[in-house]
Amino acid sequence: MTAVAAPLARAQFDRTLLLVLPGAAFMVLLFVYPFLYGLALSFNPPKGDAFENYRHFFTTDNLWPTIWTTLRLALPVTIINVFIALPIAFKMRVKSPYQRAITTVLVIPITLGTVLIAEGMLTYFGPKGWLSQFLQFFHLYGGPIHLTHNFTGVLLSLVVSGFPFAFLLILSYITGIDPALARAAATLGAPPAAQFRHIYLPLLAPGLAMCFCLAFVQAFSVFPSAVLLGSPAGPTRVISIAAYEAAFEQYDYSLASAIAMIMGFVQLIIVAAVLTLRNLFYRGPVVGGKG
Amino acid sequence: MAESRTLDRRWLETAWSGFLWGLMIVFVINIGLMIGAVATSSFAKRWLGTWLPEGWTTTWYTSAWKEFQLDSVLWVTVEVVFAVVFLALLIGVPAAYALARRNFPGKRALVLLFLLPLMVPPITYGIPLATVLYQLHFAGHLTGVILANLIPAAPFVILVMTPFIEQIDPNLESAARVFGASTARMFWHVLVPLLAPGILAASLLVLVRTIAMFELTFLTAGPDSQTLVVALYYAVFAAGVRAPQSVDAMAMIYMVVTLTWLLIALRFVNPTQLVSRVKEHPRAA
Repeated sequence: MTAVAAPLARAQFDRTLLLVLPGAAFMVLLFVYPFLYGLALSFNPPKGDAFENYRHFFTTDNLWPTIWTTLRLALPVTIINVFIALPIAFKMRVKSPYQRAITTVLVIPITLGTVLIAEGMLTYFGPKGWLSQFLQFFHLYGGPIHLTHNFTGVLLSLVVSGFPFAFLLILSYITGIDPALARAAATLGAPPAAQFRHIYLPLLAPGLAMCFCLAFVQAFSVFPSAVLLGSPAGPTRVISIAAYEAAFEQYDYSLASAIAMIMGFVQLIIVAAVLTLRNLFYRGPVVGGKG
Repeated sequence: MAESRTLDRRWLETAWSGFLWGLMIVFVINIGLMIGAVATSSFAKRWLGTWLPEGWTTTWYTSAWKEFQLDSVLWVTVEVVFAVVFLALLIGVPAAYALARRNFPGKRALVLLFLLPLMVPPITYGIPLATVLYQLHFAGHLTGVILANLIPAAPFVILVMTPFIEQIDPNLESAARVFGASTARMFWHVLVPLLAPGILAASLLVLVRTIAMFELTFLTAGPDSQTLVVALYYAVFAAGVRAPQSVDAMAMIYMVVTLTWLLIALRFVNPTQLVSRVKEHPRAA
């Protein structure tokens, strides 16, 4: 009986699958199609041959250096964020009243968004802000501090918005690791440092790689703070500014798409590099098993 | 000998722990002071290089409200955010259901398609998307802004809801079937009540993220379809002619809006949920 029913059921079309159609259609229409359209457009400049946009990008003095400007900003920020967040998240892994309070406080900078953080930093870190006054009052630093409208300002703002993100993400990975593993190590006499080195770190490798990628994506697409807090004409002229100018100031959508594609490509290289690096580490389950 | 080594180690651990706490405290204090500085400035009569302003006033709020047409901006924000939440749920929940309950060829590719928008920076796909939307005459209006914001929102709902649906016992659905419920009735009377906490969490998360979403709204908004965050950007960007207090007052209004929703959201969701959309989906990479 069942032997007959099974193939029959398989032959019948499963209508539940229709539920996924609106979502899939939506993504194809509004994500895949524009992306392919942009790719095609980038090879179809108003004048010149197919590669004109890319040639233009790599030979113009205010375009191609934006790649390095962005990387010089995004890579250190990502490294700072991930590697400061890691020990702190490790410390917070045990459920306690602190954990809930700290995570709640740290959520705030994420939801405030980059624009508000930039505005706050202009007021607080500015040459006449509280920080500057505080340093002068206690004679810690004489002159006016230069933390806004330059590279440092953008870097700081990316740490402010990126660190909580990295922290919460790593925390959610760490709390997903079975504490029984660490307890087993502790009974064998391993101090926290050794537990971290030999148990948590290998198990965290995939999570850390993912966190690095996501934190990098955020830092790499820096736009509002680079304009508001940096010097968008000089040391913080990041690639997204170049893309925006091409699209909405010169109305050269073809060039703008080309820049967006280059941006995606550079990011893909970094992500691929991180995932390759991650493969050098332990691979396996993160829950305790029976041998 | 052994004792002094344990002592050394204990001392090191305390120092390390103190260092980490110090780092956290410095970070949190600076964030607090940053917000405090904006708040102080927004109530300041004149504030030039002193600890506290010379006098207090609330006129900046009324002037900012008029100057930046905040009533219409807030209304646009409400329209955009609620439309995005509603449509994202409408698209996302059924898709999440199918992904949680069924296996089908091409499922992995589909999951990747839903993950991708969360993994690439909004500007990368935002610029080609804005180009397409402008050609279709959607951009510059509410429609364009809503459509653009749905791209990260709908996949986010799917990724939050899929693990949530997976943990609901399929036997409950079978039981409803046995008693002759149609799919629609089963969905409405069995699934929706069970899913309510998950739907609430997903919609609050999307809401908070959409309010703060700058890039996509910025790329697709026209003059009368700016949300609060974009209006704030233009206010800061075009500062100089305006008193900084006026911009700060607007920043405070923005902050109050986001923080209110954030506090509501935190009553129902774990803070780590705001960022960890990939946790339940460890990729085979």
